Amino acid sequence: MEKIYLAIAFTPLIGAIIAGFAGARIGRAGAHWVTSVGVGISALLSIYVLLGFISGDRQTFNGTVYHWMVSDGITFEVGFLVDTLTALMMSVVTFVSLCVHVYTIGYMSHDEENWPGGSLAGTNSYQRFFSYISLFTFSMLMLVMSNNFLQLFFGWEAVGLVSYLLIGFWSVRESAIFANLKAFLVNRVGDFGFLLGIAAVAMYFNSISYVDVFAKAPELADTQIQICGVSLSLMSVICILLFIGAMGKSAQVPLHVWLPDSMEGPTPISALIHAATMVTAGIFMVARMSPLYELSETALSFVLIIGATTAFFTGLIGIVQNDIKRVVAYSTLSQLGYMTVALGASAYAAGIFHLMTHAFFKALLFLAAGSVIIAMHHDQDIRNMGGLKKYMPITYWTSLIGTLALIGFPGMSGFFSKDSIIEAVHHSSIPGSGYAYLMVILGVFVTALYSFRMFFLVFHGKERMDEHTRHHLQESPRVVTVPLILLAIPSVFIGAMTVGGVVFGDWFQGVIYVAPQHDVVGELAKGYHGVLGFIMHGLFGLPTFLAAAGFGTAYYIYMKNPDIADRIKGSAALLHKLLDKKYFFDELYQFLFAGGSRGLGNALWKGGDRVLIDGMVVNGSARMVGVLAAFIRHLQTGYLYHYAFAMILGLLALLALFVI
Amino acid sequence: MSADWPILSFTTWLPIIGGAVLLAMGDKSNNASRWLALATAILTFLISLGLYTGFDTSTAQMQFVERTPWIPLFNVEYYLGVDGISMPLIILTTFITIFVVIAGWEVIQYKPAMYMAAFLIMEGVMVGVFSALDAMLFYVFWEAMLIPMFLIIGIWGGPNRVYATIKFFLYTFFGSVFMLVALIYMYFKSGSMEILAFHDLKLGLAEQILIFVAFLAAFAVKVPMWPVHTWLPDAHVEAPTGGSVILAAIMLKIGGYGFLRFSMPITPDASQHLDWLIILMSLIAVVYIGFVALVQQDMKKLIAYSSIAHMGFVTLGFFIVFRIAANADAAAGGLLGLEGGMVQMVSHGFISGALFLCVGVLYDRVHSRQIADYGGVIHTMPVFGAFMVFFAMSNAGLPGTSGFVGEFMVILASFRADFWFAFLAATTLILGAAYSLWMVKRVVFGEVGNDKVRALQDINTREFVVLGSLAIAVLVLGLWPAPLVEVMDASLVKLLEHVAVSKL
Repeated sequence: MEKIYLAIAFTPLIGAIIAGFAGARIGRAGAHWVTSVGVGISALLSIYVLLGFISGDRQTFNGTVYHWMVSDGITFEVGFLVDTLTALMMSVVTFVSLCVHVYTIGYMSHDEENWPGGSLAGTNSYQRFFSYISLFTFSMLMLVMSNNFLQLFFGWEAVGLVSYLLIGFWSVRESAIFANLKAFLVNRVGDFGFLLGIAAVAMYFNSISYVDVFAKAPELADTQIQICGVSLSLMSVICILLFIGAMGKSAQVPLHVWLPDSMEGPTPISALIHAATMVTAGIFMVARMSPLYELSETALSFVLIIGATTAFFTGLIGIVQNDIKRVVAYSTLSQLGYMTVALGASAYAAGIFHLMTHAFFKALLFLAAGSVIIAMHHDQDIRNMGGLKKYMPITYWTSLIGTLALIGFPGMSGFFSKDSIIEAVHHSSIPGSGYAYLMVILGVFVTALYSFRMFFLVFHGKERMDEHTRHHLQESPRVVTVPLILLAIPSVFIGAMTVGGVVFGDWFQGVIYVAPQHDVVGELAKGYHGVLGFIMHGLFGLPTFLAAAGFGTAYYIYMKNPDIADRIKGSAALLHKLLDKKYFFDELYQFLFAGGSRGLGNALWKGGDRVLIDGMVVNGSARMVGVLAAFIRHLQTGYLYHYAFAMILGLLALLALFVI
Repeated sequence: MSADWPILSFTTWLPIIGGAVLLAMGDKSNNASRWLALATAILTFLISLGLYTGFDTSTAQMQFVERTPWIPLFNVEYYLGVDGISMPLIILTTFITIFVVIAGWEVIQYKPAMYMAAFLIMEGVMVGVFSALDAMLFYVFWEAMLIPMFLIIGIWGGPNRVYATIKFFLYTFFGSVFMLVALIYMYFKSGSMEILAFHDLKLGLAEQILIFVAFLAAFAVKVPMWPVHTWLPDAHVEAPTGGSVILAAIMLKIGGYGFLRFSMPITPDASQHLDWLIILMSLIAVVYIGFVALVQQDMKKLIAYSSIAHMGFVTLGFFIVFRIAANADAAAGGLLGLEGGMVQMVSHGFISGALFLCVGVLYDRVHSRQIADYGGVIHTMPVFGAFMVFFAMSNAGLPGTSGFVGEFMVILASFRADFWFAFLAATTLILGAAYSLWMVKRVVFGEVGNDKVRALQDINTREFVVLGSLAIAVLVLGLWPAPLVEVMDASLVKLLEHVAVSKL
């Protein structure tokens, strides 16, 4: 085991343990120092590893940390697989996490105000928060560094646990503890499929180590299995089951409902967990499993359609949201849909590339939203904002960078990743790619529309806040603005810097496997002639026009002609209602699953346990004994002649039996 | 391998003698009797650790064997020994008993000496059940278990304790009578009371089925399996905290142990013929009981129902071996099921015990088990709240805690038997999280519910030690189950080989 990998994964854990258990003793400063330094070390080492891969000095590492157990010939272990994909993920995770740690020092500095007076849970909440985000970093690293399905599942559920703890961090708020339970349970629905997928792998491969499974996969490509008498391709079953897990974690329709509600958590974790890292775990997982997915066109098609649906339809909801964080959350859903589309089109490299650029600009957008929320005294309604540009210049400019990156402004990081995805889908021949292309191309317009709607409503136009809030408006402290600047830099440059290597180069050579007939990225690479060429080509492409149209529409409606929005709302009331209610998913699920399972539970408990088993069988048999006894009691009359009569009858019966 | 000194006898009789001394001391000095009880429990645990350290993991033979004639007329012997199946359960018993003693420390004011004595005697008897290799001796211990538990619920129990004790007694007694008949039948057939001799006894299919059903009556009630489970919620609700802990953590395991020690090896062909019945009952336990647990208003009932659902994994893990053996696509996997079931038993001992102790902590302060009487406990009891969330998460099978290990192994194994077995078993991922975390949401989180909650004091050192020790056990087993799996490996491999051979 190379010690550097152990250090990368476990330093954040040590920080989390110290801040969590000794939080009261080391105080606030102690807690944020120990965790930030821990994550900082981890980030530096990760980047060192990444540079090693870039220079070619470092080779893929696959090793065991310890044996968890050996049962039935299967070795279950904790171990690391570090290759270019892992190194990229490690660097993104630790870098964003570090920015969020620093930002949190400012954002949570008055956290005691969020707790009711006298609450003991509120006394060390600051330290606890740092402990949780460090623990999250550890869990996420375990997930991406894993070399087997067991540890993958461990990390998968561990990030879910921390997400649960952090969404419900302000545990006194009913909406927060509703949201965290919902998030955990919806994720568990995904994990249900995920675990069955792992069970299928364990059965047919008799191993849960990536290397063994990937090596053996081609042999099993044509295997059919019977479920319910239907013959299905083993690979399709495994890949779709695993992808159901990804749908939960990466919030794909119809398991997306938890992500908007997760905004109940403090903003730093919305940036770290619910935008940049955890929600991309599903994307990472599918890319990691590319040797399996490439063997099933059915699964790829399924992934493609789910992703395309998510990309477009959740984006639409973003247009009607008024909570600043929820707009960004729906934008995250939509962007996760783009990444999923890339996976479905076998453009794994483009998907991971978008994951990386998105991590930077979306974390930036969330943290900027948080900065606005601080200035607005925790009012998150964009209808109460406006004209913040002159009060918050750093937040304004960094937000503009984030927004431009998000809508794919030529030259910004999001432009490269989104264009690669759109081009890849355009060239893809996987069934469903026509639908997907339509969705992602329309999505570009929607993205620009909701992004600039929010941007204009927040930073431009009339100042709609009350007098008291306006009076206190000011730029956030440096611990808040420095992370914004740190994240703005890669939001601008990382795309242009790395597109040639990561997407069209050989960065994922031997790590991500693409079957020759699916290799759309390879096709695109032939036409790739440097960053400038790519920009020039994109500048006159359909997506750029659509993004410009989205920007123009937003500008016209929200800057030039503000009452037009209300008129549209009035004339398309039904559509507005549909979007405002998020297609009624929440209502449906609440009725069907929450209500249904409670109803079923009550029916089984009262009807099954109480009436049938206890009422009829258990207590019934006791009653039966009583009834029988009451009847038999009449035979025991105590009269001698009754007994004598019975004896004679018995004798006669026996005689009759023997004689006749 | 035979021990230099009789560890098993010590582990069995030391607590029983300690209990007898406590009874003799009476109520003279409550403090002295508490300390004596604790000293006995700790000493017994330390002695039982000798079983682990001296255990030879390479063999499936019985170890630490002690054997002397007892009733020569009927060939009945005092015959003790352990293998990889019983040894972990014995250590679980001695470990949990320590915390039951500590948990009852200040809480039990009515006849504490007698209370402690009942638990120590219970401990000895349960160790006896796990280590007896003579069927008569086993049966004596088996029935003897009922007496202390009957008294614990009957004397220190809640308001409806009479109904609960009678139900508990009749249910379990009903089951064990059939077992006794089966044991006597086999005695007449083999002329010996040795359990291991029963394993090799030739039996026809009809005989096997009758014996299997007789054992099933006894063990299914103990586990308890659906539909003979309704005594458990009632018994738990009325039992004092310590009684619930012993009941959930150890007594239920005796049913699971019985399947491995008696049903499967003695009647392998009947087990194979009737495996569908057990699998069906287990899956109903997981799904049906999961839904029932969801709607419980009483915390103890909720945990009791969750116990039934979790024990469903134990019996499922054991009986899918026959299906896996019959499935041509599955190269292996039966062992994974057996080991998963065993791990689940040990893990459930820690987690259900800890959850009942958590409810006890709240009950001692507020005198209510109703979920509706709480809310926002975290604001007054943050340390306790953290423990409660932790144990609820482990109950929901979070990886890294012991609750995950057994369920994971059994689900992996059941996929090899049939896709739908795994599908239904895996619903526990959703249901287990739903009922555990919904309870946590309503009890621990939220705004402070009422003045009683507002006046709560966080757990004291004594309670911290109890919950902390169990939390460590849950974590260690979750992060590194290898030591546990290793000790049981050889015995379960042998069992698997044994049941694969038909007796017909």
